[in-house]
Amino acid sequence: MSANKNILKFESAGSKEILQKYGIVFVLILMIIGISILEPAFLSSYNVFNVLTQSAIFGIMALGMTFVIISKGIDLSVGSVLALAGVVLASLAQTADATGKYFPNLAEMPVFFPILAALAVGALMGGFTGLLIAKTHIPAFISSLGMMTVARGFALIYSDGKPISTLVPSLTRLGGKLFGFLPIPVIIYFIMIVISAVLLNKTRFGKSAYAVGGNIKAAEVSGVNVNQTLIAIYAYCGLLAGLAAVVFAGRVGSVHPGAATGYELTAIAATTIGGTSHSGGIGTIWGAFVGALILAVLRNGLTLLGVDAYWQQVTEGVIIVVAVIIDMRKNATKD
Amino acid sequence: MAEEKYILEMTDIVKTFPGVKALKGVQLKVQAGEIHALMGENGAGKSTLMNCLAGVHGQTAGTILFDGEVRENYNTIQALEMGISMIHQELSPVLHRPIMENIWLGREPLNRFGLVDHQKMYDMSVKVLKEIDLDEDPRTEMVNLTVAKMQMIEIAKAVSFDSKLIIMDEPTSALADKEVKQLFTIMRKLKESGKSIIYISHKLDEVYEITDRISVFRDGTYIGTEDTIKLSEDKLIQMMVGREVNELFPKVDCPIGDVKMEVKGLTHNRYFKDVSFTVKKGEILGIAGLIGAGRTEVIETIFGIREKVSGEILIDGKVVNIESPRDAIANHMALLTEDRRQSGIFPMLSVRLNMAITNFPKFLNKFGLIRDRDVKKECDDYVKKIQVKTPSLNQRVENLSGGNQQKVLVSRWLMTNPEILFLDEPTRGIDVGAKSEIHSLITQLAGEGKSIVMVSSELPEVMGMSDRIMIMHEGRITGIVENRKDLTQEELMTYATGKAGKKGA
Ligand SMILES: Nc1ncnc2c1ncn2[C@@H]1O[C@H](COP(=O)(O)OP(=O)(O)OP(=O)(O)O)[C@@H](O)[C@H]1O
Ligand SMILES: [Mg+2]
Repeated sequence: MSANKNILKFESAGSKEILQKYGIVFVLILMIIGISILEPAFLSSYNVFNVLTQSAIFGIMALGMTFVIISKGIDLSVGSVLALAGVVLASLAQTADATGKYFPNLAEMPVFFPILAALAVGALMGGFTGLLIAKTHIPAFISSLGMMTVARGFALIYSDGKPISTLVPSLTRLGGKLFGFLPIPVIIYFIMIVISAVLLNKTRFGKSAYAVGGNIKAAEVSGVNVNQTLIAIYAYCGLLAGLAAVVFAGRVGSVHPGAATGYELTAIAATTIGGTSHSGGIGTIWGAFVGALILAVLRNGLTLLGVDAYWQQVTEGVIIVVAVIIDMRKNATKD
Repeated sequence: MAEEKYILEMTDIVKTFPGVKALKGVQLKVQAGEIHALMGENGAGKSTLMNCLAGVHGQTAGTILFDGEVRENYNTIQALEMGISMIHQELSPVLHRPIMENIWLGREPLNRFGLVDHQKMYDMSVKVLKEIDLDEDPRTEMVNLTVAKMQMIEIAKAVSFDSKLIIMDEPTSALADKEVKQLFTIMRKLKESGKSIIYISHKLDEVYEITDRISVFRDGTYIGTEDTIKLSEDKLIQMMVGREVNELFPKVDCPIGDVKMEVKGLTHNRYFKDVSFTVKKGEILGIAGLIGAGRTEVIETIFGIREKVSGEILIDGKVVNIESPRDAIANHMALLTEDRRQSGIFPMLSVRLNMAITNFPKFLNKFGLIRDRDVKKECDDYVKKIQVKTPSLNQRVENLSGGNQQKVLVSRWLMTNPEILFLDEPTRGIDVGAKSEIHSLITQLAGEGKSIVMVSSELPEVMGMSDRIMIMHEGRITGIVENRKDLTQEELMTYATGKAGKKGA
């Protein structure tokens, strides 16, 4: 009798575990099925690439955010850093005949250099946030909040509050498609997914991120260079914000200093939905990808279905909270 | 037997975790007014059984009869109301709140406006602390206490509930002799007033001293219950391990080489002063002393965790500058810390990562990527070598039993292949079988010419393992003695209590 009962329980524990582990993927699949029944056009290859493209910018930021949150931190500055890196990028990549040129006498240069500048700005700002956390031990929330405001301010100062446009075709091409159907933002996104996954799973840096988030004191005693790890984590997160700026400029064709306001929250949401835990030490790149996809599918699907933009926001909020509830259940140590 | 009154009867208890069957239908019967020991190897299921009883998690199957009633589906708060309180193996104090708030957490006394009555809480705390003979201001923040003191607060808390049954899961693992005595006095008092205590410990001498009966478990099964006085030590070990255990302290004398490390005049602004000693190659130096003597602080300072005010450290005759654990590791040192939960494990990370974290440099390929297969192989080796009980290397380390967590940490440091190994209470919470395994490992390392510095509050361990013993009292070295055959515990204790004149060696 009792043995029987207990076999049943045992099995149900097993299937529950699978559900918890991949619950978020089921959510995604259910959403896709639901939306495509209501609106078959959702699954057209055009729209699928469209969804992926839409998720690319905050998806790239979510990759960096995954490292940050695994280390038990948070980076609120990525949206502003995108804007700052973006205006710097744009100012260096205007066509020769642009009107009201930022650097009137600057000759056109290979797009490689402005891109490098954007990445450098991102990494520097991020690295500084990390340095602040490592050296002063102030909470990541505070230091990145400070950086969020400072970077936005710099973006406004640098651009004098005006958008910078008429960008060279070699940059705007990055917002376009390869062979007429493969969106380049998606290609960049996928490459960064692979790089980030390797960094997180196959390098000392990644393991140190887990260790710092898992137990910072034990990490120190175990010989992890905690300060260096923190700086590197935030620098990488900033670097990805710089890369997101490149994709942004490519797609939009200009950069406004007020651009990407609130993107940090989307990136955090994507990471969180993907199962990265804010109590540190837990999270995957794969999860961040799925999380970003869920948000993109949701936005795209609701638009296709003609749902009012305001209601879209309400739905998105609910989904984020539900996802985190699922995540917490997964991480509960007791049953 | 029929007339014996049982306060607790647990029958056919089964508990499964995903992938692990921790309890396979066990029983436990506890009489009113007895001290009942639970014994068994690491991972036998003792803590799990007690967690079921205390309402931490429900059992998968089986019945619990407590105080004459069948009890089902209750949580920890309801368990407390029924009269069951538990001191957990892993402490979880609210660090930045005062002692008194920790004791009365969730049941703070209120005044007539429904606000917390701090004065009353203070008075009540003073009373409880007095009951267990602990001299601390209830307003002290928990962070400022040593692990031992925190443990005593935990005990105070359990006592304050006035429960019929108190479960103590390895309460003495962080306590020194003096505090253990204190605890035993409290336990006897509780017993006299008719309360029952379930006592879990790996220390045989304690179990023989304080308990009335012993129940033994092995691998999630119930082996048997015996009266303590009728059960010989050999028989008990046999029941626990299911096989003969090697000699407890397998220390073999091995050749001792030149001085490996010399510490000169090491001083900390708070914990210790003017500490000087040497360790030779192949030598095991034991550090004894009461808790609070500064032993942990000394080795943590050498290891770069704490900052020194003055003094120097020489390795192979050369002064080394150690400012962080990283520097220490670079100098081929290793440190198994005292507090497993705070500075040891990464609870939610895998067994594999917990073992490998310090060792990645040797697992990198030429592109700087980790060679996972080598990591797995080496971790597997250690799991086998010191018998870490885990379903897989991917298990979260927090899901292992306490003793097995300790073994994971031992593996981590042995993997670094250190030349100087600091061990702070290395066998805390480790069962007899594994203890002797770890002891032979230590001896083997010394045999390979490694230098070992071992802090231990268990005098038999210090005396059984060390070549020399250094004794500390209130932040000073009070003696360094050769470990002779005729050295007695009493002689060591005179140094530890500061009653002997300073002797050098
Ligand atoms: N939350 C959990 N998830 C999965 N497995 C668990 C969990 N808790 C305990 N276990 C497993 O159950 C078994 C029994 O563990 P338990 O902690 O009860 O052992 P123990 O007898 O208290 O050992 P120790 O003397 O080392 O404290 C172990 O194999 C452990 O890995
Ligand atoms: Mg236990």
